[in-house]
Amino acid sequence: MTVVIGFEGSANKIGVGIVRDGEVLSNPRRTYITPPGQGFLPSETARHHRSVILTVLKEALEEAGLKPADVDCVAYTKGPGMGAPLVTVALVARTVAQLWGKPLLGVNHCIGHIEMGRLITQANNPTVLYVSGGNTQVIAYSERRYRIFGETIDIAVGNCLDRFARVIKISNDPSPGYNIEQMAKKGTQYVELPYTVKGMDVSFSGILSYIEEAAGKMLKCNQCTAEDLCFSLQEILFSMLVEITERAMAHCSSQEVLIVGGVGCNLRLQEMMGVMCKERGAKLFATDESFCIDNGAMIAQAGWEMFRSGQTTELSDSWITQRYRTDEVEVTWRD
Amino acid sequence: MAVEGTSVALPQFLKKIELIKQGAEARVYRGSFLGKPTIVKERFPKLYRHPLLDEKLTHRRTVQEVRSILRCRKAGISAPVVYFVDYTSHCIFLEDIVGSITVRDHIASTQLSSAQKSPEEHLDQLAQKMGQILAKMHDEDVVHGDLTTSNMLLKAGAESGETELVLIDFGLSYISALPEDKGVDMYVLEKAFLSTHPNTEALFEKLLKAYAASSKKSHAVIKKLDEVRLRGRKRSMVG
Ligand SMILES: Nc1ncnc2c1ncn2[C@@H]1O[C@H](COP(=O)(O)OP(=O)(O)O)[C@@H](O)[C@H]1O
Ligand SMILES: [Mg+2]
Repeated sequence: MTVVIGFEGSANKIGVGIVRDGEVLSNPRRTYITPPGQGFLPSETARHHRSVILTVLKEALEEAGLKPADVDCVAYTKGPGMGAPLVTVALVARTVAQLWGKPLLGVNHCIGHIEMGRLITQANNPTVLYVSGGNTQVIAYSERRYRIFGETIDIAVGNCLDRFARVIKISNDPSPGYNIEQMAKKGTQYVELPYTVKGMDVSFSGILSYIEEAAGKMLKCNQCTAEDLCFSLQEILFSMLVEITERAMAHCSSQEVLIVGGVGCNLRLQEMMGVMCKERGAKLFATDESFCIDNGAMIAQAGWEMFRSGQTTELSDSWITQRYRTDEVEVTWRD
Repeated sequence: MAVEGTSVALPQFLKKIELIKQGAEARVYRGSFLGKPTIVKERFPKLYRHPLLDEKLTHRRTVQEVRSILRCRKAGISAPVVYFVDYTSHCIFLEDIVGSITVRDHIASTQLSSAQKSPEEHLDQLAQKMGQILAKMHDEDVVHGDLTTSNMLLKAGAESGETELVLIDFGLSYISALPEDKGVDMYVLEKAFLSTHPNTEALFEKLLKAYAASSKKSHAVIKKLDEVRLRGRKRSMVG
């Protein structure tokens, strides 16, 4: 039996999770929530993580009913993400690894999402849509790499949603994306927005500047409601995502889709992807917010795979990096 | 088989010919039209997206595909002949490039097989041809919008034995003279190429070299390509 503990804190979530041979034993998490209209800044986010990480660690161990001695490996997020929060979490991971005398393992955050999704859904070799606040990628596995077939050429889809939420002052509690999703359900009028797909790539910055510019005016003269804007923005953004996913599937002759990342728990996105899959006889795999949104268990799970394939990270190599592409990692645990 | 081009006759016609592929956005059929081997590309409604958006995209793409194919063919760039278009059902009837395979499949099988005498040299020639044809296309201000090795076909030449490269799938294309647009076109190809065909960085370099050598306007495009690449590398990945 192999037990891996995973530390994640690359953005505004801090989580510690424990995985034992495909079983998630515990996965507590906290979120740093900012007031409406405000995003989260690196140093304040790091301060938040510092203030709760030991409590979350204690919860993880207690919930799993394990002692440090039961742990075989300490995994932490090496990147990508925000510098200060990454450093904070890596520091704690390094410390406990030395205190407990256990090997360390630096994990790519995106790989964490993918491996968690594969574990929970049992998808075998899916085309992966990875959508979060910082990333938008269409990924497929071949020859020991998760290869990026499509991605955003400017901002991430989650970033686009979050920044729109700030413009019209939607609450960040529990997350701007969740609140946009709820408001979108009440939207009725479809407002036309720019649609930018380039092959398997997408661009969102044009849509964001268009809606930032238009939102105020349209709301002021009652041309549409905030709910209509949420609805229309979701429809446009998700249509683009489904389209590039489908294009990658056709290109790679794939019949499975897995959605991961924070935006992946949006039910409207899942519904649209499901319709696309049905039209081409493919299968959709998705998870709910407990595993889509950043969490510790995903780092533990990717760490578990890496550790079992013989990898560890020396203390002297246990740095973090703000940029770390999914396709940089050699996948030593798959054929 | 007679087709009046009415939207009543079309669905019936499609039923009688063979569905060969569900592509990225269309159903692709193979059959015979006025006695000629024909590919029918049907952009059926995508139920996942809002009907207003669907209608707009589908119509625009059908129009663009036909327009760009004609523009390319006029300039002597190989693309299938357009036989017939129905804008109600969004069907395009195209010349079937008989006996062709996609460049994607061709590269994959060449990399696998040892049968080819010198696979390296053979693929180098292909990369060169790709660079040249894309330079020519960009010189006509056609931006393809979906350059991948799935959207290029290889057809064996009639007598010479030379293979001919044919460009297809112009649904996302548009007309632009901007180096930025052409640079993004090459960026999209680069990423699709390298992710589809592992360890082909050197091969793609050859393609770019041939592209640069074939067009007077390529310098500005390559500069934009470098800029777009850099933007990609600098992009924040927070969240
Ligand atoms: N004119 C043609 N001749 C032969 N095969 C074709 C032709 N057009 C398309 N195909 C085949 O059908 C596939 C999908 O067609 P394409 O135009 O790329 O549609 P999509 O937009 O759905 O990808 C191509 O990759 C190719 O294999
Ligand atoms: Mg195609």
